Order: sequence, then C-alpha cells, then structure tokens
Amino acid sequence: MKVVLKNLTKKFPSRNKKGDEVVAVNNFDFEIPDGKLIGLLGPSGCGKSTTLNLISGLEKPTSGQIFFGDDDVTALPPENRGVGLVFQNYALYPHLTVRQNILFPLQNLKGKDKLPKEEMEAKALEAARLVQIDQLMERKPGQMSGGQQQRVAIARALVKRPRVLLLDEPLSNLDARLRLQTREEIRRIQRETGITTIFVTHDQEEAMSISDMIVVMKDGVVQQIGRPQDVYDSPVNRFVAEFLGTPPINVFEGEVKDGELRLGGETVLKVPGAPDGAVFAAVRPEGFALEADGAFRCELKQIEVMGRDTSIVFEHPARVSANLRAIIPSEDRPAGSPDEVRFRLKPSKVFLFGREDNRRIPFDAEG
Amino acid sequence: MEGRNNRAWLYLLPAIVFLGVFMVYPLFDVLVYSVEEKFNFASQTFTGYGLYNYRYVLRDPYFLQAVKNTFIIVIITVPLSTGIALLISLGLNSIKPLRKLYQTVFFLPYVTNTLAVGLVFMILFKKTAYSDGLINLLINAFGGSSVDFIDGPYWAKMLVMCLYTVWVVMPFKILILTSALASVNQDYYNAAKVDGTSRWRIFTRITLPMISPMIFYLIITGFIGAFKAYSDEVAIFGVNLNEAGMNTIVGYVYDMLYGNSGGYPSYASAAALILFVIVFTITVINLMISKKSSL
Repeated sequence: MKVVLKNLTKKFPSRNKKGDEVVAVNNFDFEIPDGKLIGLLGPSGCGKSTTLNLISGLEKPTSGQIFFGDDDVTALPPENRGVGLVFQNYALYPHLTVRQNILFPLQNLKGKDKLPKEEMEAKALEAARLVQIDQLMERKPGQMSGGQQQRVAIARALVKRPRVLLLDEPLSNLDARLRLQTREEIRRIQRETGITTIFVTHDQEEAMSISDMIVVMKDGVVQQIGRPQDVYDSPVNRFVAEFLGTPPINVFEGEVKDGELRLGGETVLKVPGAPDGAVFAAVRPEGFALEADGAFRCELKQIEVMGRDTSIVFEHPARVSANLRAIIPSEDRPAGSPDEVRFRLKPSKVFLFGREDNRRIPFDAEG
Repeated sequence: MEGRNNRAWLYLLPAIVFLGVFMVYPLFDVLVYSVEEKFNFASQTFTGYGLYNYRYVLRDPYFLQAVKNTFIIVIITVPLSTGIALLISLGLNSIKPLRKLYQTVFFLPYVTNTLAVGLVFMILFKKTAYSDGLINLLINAFGGSSVDFIDGPYWAKMLVMCLYTVWVVMPFKILILTSALASVNQDYYNAAKVDGTSRWRIFTRITLPMISPMIFYLIITGFIGAFKAYSDEVAIFGVNLNEAGMNTIVGYVYDMLYGNSGGYPSYASAAALILFVIVFTITVINLMISKKSSL
C-alpha cells in the first residue's frame, strides 16, 4: 500500500505564555512507495514521532491530507485505517499472556468482520510463527526479554494484516547486540509480509542499514528523501551531511576562488563550476587518501588502529567540526608518528555548502 | 553471623517493645478477660474460666442487633462506595477543564470533621414537629409525606447511615483511584485505539486489570474500616445507639466498657474478639481472592 502525505502540517498549541505555536510537522509532501521499508530519521524533537502518529491516526493533522493508496484516510479514526503500530515501550498488556495479547486486536472485530475462534487462534499462531515466538505463547510479557517483547508487539501489530505497519523507535529499548539482530529481523519480517513499513529512529546507522528509503527530518521540515546510499553520497545541505555517517563528516571553513577550494589560504582541491565565495567544505572521513605530496596539509594528533582501517585524528586551522578524523586502509598507515601528514582529497567525498544558507553548491567532481 | 543477628535484634528492639507493650500484651489481656467468668470490676475478682461471656454476648439482643447493623453497613457501603468512587474517578480522569477544582471538591469530606458532617446530615434529614429538613422538603415537593430519618423507622435510619458512610469514605477512594488511573501508561490506550477496541472493552480488559491492585486495597481496607464503624453512628444518632437500634459491634464494645450499663470488660472483650475473628476471616478471604485474580 503506497502512502502519500500531501501538505501535511501539525501544529501544537504553545506551552509557554507567549502563545507561540509549535510546528511539529511542517508541510510534508511526499510519497512512500508500496511494499518498502522506510526510515524516518532525525534528531530528537524533529517531529518524526508526530508524523508516525499522524499516519496512524492517533493525531489529527492541522492541515493537509494522508492517502493510503487512493483512499483519503485523513478523517478516519485509527481503527478504520488498517494500520499496525508498535510502540517504543511495546505497550503489551502485562496481565495478558502472549497469546491473549496477539489475539486482542482480533477479538475487537465486530459484526461481519467477527472471526470464529479457531480462525483467530490460527491467525495468532501464524503471526507468532512469523516473528518466531510461537514457543512462548503462554508466557506473560514480564517473563520475557526486551527482544522477545518486541517480537510480540510486532506480532500483535501484524495479526490483522494491516495495510501499513508503523514502528516507533523499534530498537531503542534493546541492548547493542540485540539491536543488530532485531533490525535484521524487522527487515526479514517486512520482506516476508511485503507490508509497507515505516519506522522512526534517531539512529542514522539503524536507518541506513535496513531502509529501502530514508526521510531525513529536522525541526518539522523534510530535508531529504532517497535511498540511504544516495542521500549519503549526495546530501542536499550541511545538516544532512553532518547527520549521516559515522564517524561524522569533517567540516571546514573555506573559500572558492577561480574554481579552486582553499582551506586556511591553501588550495586543496580543484572545484570547477563552483562560484567564487565563502563556503563550508565537508569531507567524509573516507575522502582522504594519504599522499606524500598531497595538497591537504594538517597536523597529526593521534593514530587509532582498528584492524582493517586506521583512523587518523588531526588538526587543521580551518576546522569547524569538534573533531577531524580520516579513515584510511591500515596498510597505508603513515610510518612512525610524523608531526605533519598530507592527504589528497577525493572529489566525490567533498561537498561544498553555502556559508549563509548551508545549501549544497555543486561542482564538477570529475574535473 | 551470630553478631549480625544480635545487632538485627537490637535494631528491632524499640519496635518489638512498643508492639509488645501496647499491642501483644493488651491482646492477650483481652483474651484473658473474655474467658474470666463473673468478673467484678470493683473487686477485680472472678469465679473461674469458661466461655460464659461469649454465650452471654451471643445471646444479647443488643449485640445481635449490632452485628446485623454492622453487616448491613459493610455489605451495602463497601461495594457502593468503591463503585461510585470508581465512576467519579473515571469521570475526573476524562475531563480536562477544572479538573483540579473538582478533585478538591470531592476531597473536601475527607478533611472535614466526622461529627460536623454528621450534624449536617442530621439537619438535612431531620423531621421535628415544627420544621422539616431539606430532604423532607424535597419529598414533600414531590408529593410524598415526611419521614423521620433520624428518629423514625429502622430502614430510614439505615438509609441515612449508609448514605453517610458512603459519603464519608468516598474521598479517600477517589484520591487513590484517580492517581491509579493517571498512572496507567497512555500507550496502552493508544494501542487499544489503533486496534479499534470498544470503550467497554478498554475499561474491562485494560483499565480494570491495570488498577486492580488498588481496587483490592480499597476493598480490603474498606471492609476493615466499615466493620470498625462507630463514630459515624454517634455523629448522627447520638451516644445512646442501643436505644436508637443503630448500634455497631464496636459501639457495643464501648457501651459494655463505659456506657450507662458499663463496667463489663469481660463482655466487651468477648465481643471484641468476635469482631476480630470476623474481620480476620473476611480479610483472609479478600486476600485469597485478590491473589488468585491478579496472577
């Protein structure tokens, strides 16, 4: 089921005395293709959970419309939208067993939708099998681990075969190892069911690793939508560039003159096509290549060897980010610990942003 | 290990001494009193040990009346006050404007003196040769004839008694239940909403189970409190409860000790122990039920 958001806006009344409204979601206008796994990504308070609640129907939009396929569901209450929602804290009913929890949505059906008991049981078991908790049907949520509870919550959301599955920070309550495992699991379940799935996360790694498409948000405004790799390789503004990628991108104050990028007065890269002026230059950690006569000179601070890769922490007079870090293959590691290292910058890993508006300034990377 | 044990006993000593002197010893003494036959308070003599006191009390029409009254009050007021308190709490929980004001209003009876409230009830329900209370005026307005609720038929007095008891015990229950309701995580309700759960089903399958520990707590303490009722009766019907036919078990115990016919600690002790057995039994049953239904 394709999900379309049209000019969707949600304002909350102000909490302070001045009466300023809080715009949690500002004029969202995008389409989520059928059967894909979508990550809504952004820092805390950027409106991603509100977006999820708008799609689920728990919140009513201030303006704009929501379509599931061709149906306008904007005015529909949550129960008539055909959504399954998994809460951040799972919201499993603690006094009911796993079986009863999964059966709960089915038992709500009334009138002609009402199912015979055996069919409900069969559906519950099917959902439990899908998330591999069919061995634990008689347990209470309190007797299970966080990961198992998560599965039960997903099974409960899936048992009615929703048109759209929504997950709110699905991995944030799990420990690191379980998180890795569970995200593969979510990917598998989504593939097996083919249900359009939207999940919210503030963890860019999580979003990049399993999403077919990510939506990067900030302050209630969509920054960029696209395939994770595309967004990573071609961020539209400085925020997106800084938000995606670990370790984070290195940002410098720079200047473009005569098609050349200068950092701290030294020309480091040819940027044909970029207009003259002050810019922010951002370089991905993997955009540095060690080279004896490279144009980029910097002061070496520390070398961290991490097996396959080596991380070089350095200092540069034009630095804007808190730390500067380059990742290079370990076999290229500089011998000893010289005071100065020189890099060649890879043009495809260097982005220029306007000093005023932080928007991307394109240049011809081949040149 | 030995030293640690001794130290633990040392820490417990103050509490043990206090409980021993003021609880265990008196309890034991009550037991002794209750089996001393023909005890004379003035000369502190008795003729022997036996169950005569219990026989006397259990055959005393005043005691039987007190037991009947107590049971009626318990059986009517505990479920009624808990049920109404739950309804009011649900209401309070679902309104937004002026919630604090309503909470204060509903809590007022709790901070008001029992005797003062009793006086108000008496004025509301009274009927004298010259004037009627507000309730009787209302009855008259609807074409009925005045009823003497304070000094009249048994059912009328019991009605006032039950109304009064419900009204007095409700604020505490509302306080407990509103906080219990407010502590239920909103996500449960959101999850139920997304699943299209009907309001009734949300109430019976989510709200009630979530707050059931608090409800059981209120029922157990409600039973205990209602069984020990005495001052509420005095507040409305005055100290001569036997004459009014509105005595309770605790009232009977008091009368036997200090009332007009006072000076019978043995009968009082026997009655007190009978009350203790009743309360203990009911509480155990309550606890058994609550344990069964919460697991």
